[in-house]
Amino acid sequence: MNKVVEELDRVIIRFAGDSGDGMQLAGGRFTDATAVVGNDLATLPNFPAEIRAPAGTLAGVSSFQIHFASEDILTPGDAPNVLVAMNPAALKANIAEVGRGATIIVNEDAFTKRNLEKAGYASNPLEDGSLASFRVHRIPMTTLTTRAVEGIEDASTRDAGRAKNLFALGLLSWLYGRPTEVTERWIEGKFGRRPAVAKANLAAFNAGWSFGETTELLDVQYRVNPATDVPAGTYRNINGTTALALGLIAASVRSRVPLVLASYPITPASELLHELSRHARYGVTTIQAEDEIAAAGMALGASFGGRIGVTSTSGPGMDLKAETIGLAVMLELPMVVVDVQRAGPSTGMPTKTEQSDLLMALYGRHGESPLPVIAPSTPGNCFDVAFEAVSLALRYRTPVILLADTYLASSSEPWRLPAVEDLPSIDPAFARPAEDGSTFLPYSRDERLARPWAIPGTPGLAHRIGGLEKADGTGNISYDGANHARMTELRARKIAGIVDELGPLVVDADPDANLLVLGWGSSEGAIRAGARRARERGHRVALAHLRHLNPLPANTGDVLRTFDRVLVPELNGGQLAQLLRAKFLVDVESYGKVQGQPLWASEIEQLIEERQ
Amino acid sequence: MTAITEETNGAGGEHALTKADFQSDQETRWCPGCGDYAVLAAVQQFMPELGIPPERIVFVTGIGCAGRFAYYMDTYGMHGIHGRAPAIATGLATARDDLSIWVVSGDGDSLSIGGNHLIHALRRNVPVKILLFNNQIYGLTKGQASPTSELGKITKSTPFGVSDHPFNPVALAIGAEATFVARTLDRDRHHMTSVLRAAAQHEGAALVEIYQNCPVFNDGAFFALTEKETRDVNQIRLEVGRPIRFGVDGERGVAMRPDGRLELVEVAEVGLDALLTHDPGRDDPGLAFSLAKLSSDPTGPTPIGIFRDISRPVYGRGRDRGAGTAASEDELGALLLSGDTWTIA
Repeated sequence: MNKVVEELDRVIIRFAGDSGDGMQLAGGRFTDATAVVGNDLATLPNFPAEIRAPAGTLAGVSSFQIHFASEDILTPGDAPNVLVAMNPAALKANIAEVGRGATIIVNEDAFTKRNLEKAGYASNPLEDGSLASFRVHRIPMTTLTTRAVEGIEDASTRDAGRAKNLFALGLLSWLYGRPTEVTERWIEGKFGRRPAVAKANLAAFNAGWSFGETTELLDVQYRVNPATDVPAGTYRNINGTTALALGLIAASVRSRVPLVLASYPITPASELLHELSRHARYGVTTIQAEDEIAAAGMALGASFGGRIGVTSTSGPGMDLKAETIGLAVMLELPMVVVDVQRAGPSTGMPTKTEQSDLLMALYGRHGESPLPVIAPSTPGNCFDVAFEAVSLALRYRTPVILLADTYLASSSEPWRLPAVEDLPSIDPAFARPAEDGSTFLPYSRDERLARPWAIPGTPGLAHRIGGLEKADGTGNISYDGANHARMTELRARKIAGIVDELGPLVVDADPDANLLVLGWGSSEGAIRAGARRARERGHRVALAHLRHLNPLPANTGDVLRTFDRVLVPELNGGQLAQLLRAKFLVDVESYGKVQGQPLWASEIEQLIEERQ
Repeated sequence: MTAITEETNGAGGEHALTKADFQSDQETRWCPGCGDYAVLAAVQQFMPELGIPPERIVFVTGIGCAGRFAYYMDTYGMHGIHGRAPAIATGLATARDDLSIWVVSGDGDSLSIGGNHLIHALRRNVPVKILLFNNQIYGLTKGQASPTSELGKITKSTPFGVSDHPFNPVALAIGAEATFVARTLDRDRHHMTSVLRAAAQHEGAALVEIYQNCPVFNDGAFFALTEKETRDVNQIRLEVGRPIRFGVDGERGVAMRPDGRLELVEVAEVGLDALLTHDPGRDDPGLAFSLAKLSSDPTGPTPIGIFRDISRPVYGRGRDRGAGTAASEDELGALLLSGDTWTIA
């Protein structure tokens, strides 16, 4: 039948179901197809810490949100326009965030008495009128999938049951005109060795598509045109984890220094270990260490040997690595520590995002132990920041902490591929054997105050380093108070001196704006999107975003003092705000959020409006 | 690790390496009479034998008296943090397969705070040689009980005597399925050198426990094994392919009872043929473990020598690319382009 095609600028879809329903997979496939269309997009996965929480319960609901548009977008969106709910629990867990008038597509088969009870519904919401303000489509997905898979040789009932996410994907793909080839190719690649499973998934996907085409329940198909207001170039869809991995590898290529990653499995940082483990042929060595402390030690040992030692972790692992990071500060060796922040303290909420490791990254070691701290702002930006982390570590002989977070690591967006030759080359400047027979001074310094990096195997430069305080120049053990003061100051000045190569903090200000909204790390998209909306409504505001948390850009204090009001939204109890108040004596106002979710654009919009 | 004799020795010359090439200019600061001096001298004396230039040798140490060892060797060295030397050395060994890497640690460092790293370095068979100086006491912190202190020992932290069951480092290493495990004595230069030589030749991880006297906080802990009057009756020297016997005239030995347990026997009573023949190359660690457990405390007959020396794949060997080379720009370009891409003009 011929259906009306309606054009939309932007759509937010949320796939929600049980942890075992394959919602992350359906969302991921939809994202890849959307990327190929050329829409701008941003995604937000959200899943429980339990691998399989009890089926059908609210605790077990897993969701994946995608925001795609024909124009530049900045966040995965706030309220979904479409909710796909595979069971009552998924409906209940998400309905509060769905805007009135939105479309809800439910798997009708899952709305059994037992499932309704598990989700805590006293009556069936599909029957009791509670969804009257939404456009609800009841589709028996389980039945239709089973019927589609029936007759495929060797496909089991279980295969049919597990393929209903592909049915939903097929239906949504039809509804929004996503190309099918991307998903078909993926099914081939994923299940090629198990033909029956591949056929079952393909059949379910096609059944979903055909259902959309033929059913009279759905009379409109939507089109979201490719985004045109984005820079020319070659793009791919990328999440923060992959971007971090590629950034680290790129820095290894451009410095000619091989990469060694030592890591201990921890949510949500394990993905980086997985990603880098696949790239042995790019000169990447990965070690799954016996614990977090060992992982840090191994990275540092590799650095001593002339490699880029990297260790990746999340909050609890950061606690454990502190002593080794302190040693790296003392040894003045390169090292990169990637902290994919999650909600704490302690085990906290392992799969939920937060930015609450900032002050720990800056100060969480004994003694005076300054080091650079940098934070990426978007999934794609993780590439640039990982590259910069390696560059700083190699050139300043220092550990660097990179503060990513759960949201950045798992969210995705289109990323314009950089030209390899445009990436700066990094000179590791290994110490060369002295030609004139002069004594080697392992703690002499260059113009950046960086010391020589003399790696084992270099004749004539054998030397000993360690955690004990060093005599300036020779590096011999020294307990002299004046020397300790000098060395403490040298280490601090070296890191502070990085400011000379940082650009100024850029401010995007409306004329006569009185309010500055200053963020850091992953909140950039939400802040910009919220400000964009506020501006559309005539409000005036200034925006600035920090990538370098230590050292801060040289003009940071001046920027803060330019505005009557400074608001710092962040996913913690006000850590950056506290730092800025202490450093610059400016009456910074904090907006702290610790709900395990990123900041929403609507929140920022409201915060700006309230301060006009 | 292949020996390199052709290359420069780091001092810029072509002369044969001597002990002096391995002595750093740092003043040694252990207590007078400390067993560490003897170990240092033996190691410095032995190093030239390796035929490896000093710049290709690295000593990684932990915290404690033994930790200072790195500063006194004129090689590359890192004095790390407490207990972590095996982890740091694992990272170094992973990054560089052209180095001879030695870890020097003590009983507190290796068996208490660093126990986890020790067992994992051993089970992975990382190519590092671990010298565990066991003095059965915390020296640098001035006399607390260590994980090898014997039951009942009075120390500053155990005024009523140690009540924690001690580790037997050799048994622990064998339990971790280390591929090379040996024990030697600070006061027997000849024996120590022979064990160091075997450890250096071993491919993979080697653990060498060195009974080391602490004259200040635990003087004489190993005198039963090291002093002239008592050593012959207490040293059970393990020698490859030889019956395990000891005593002034070899009058005692080690035999296996019908139930599989090892026991000390009088040769005259059981006959020479009843004695166990030492074979450190047995794949099954059971017998080596039993030998390690023959003595619970070094005040009586105690085995010294090589308990276990077997071959197992070495950690990090056989990687296709190795850790030595970064990818090229072209390879990076191809990697960035992998997956679905699209172009906007």
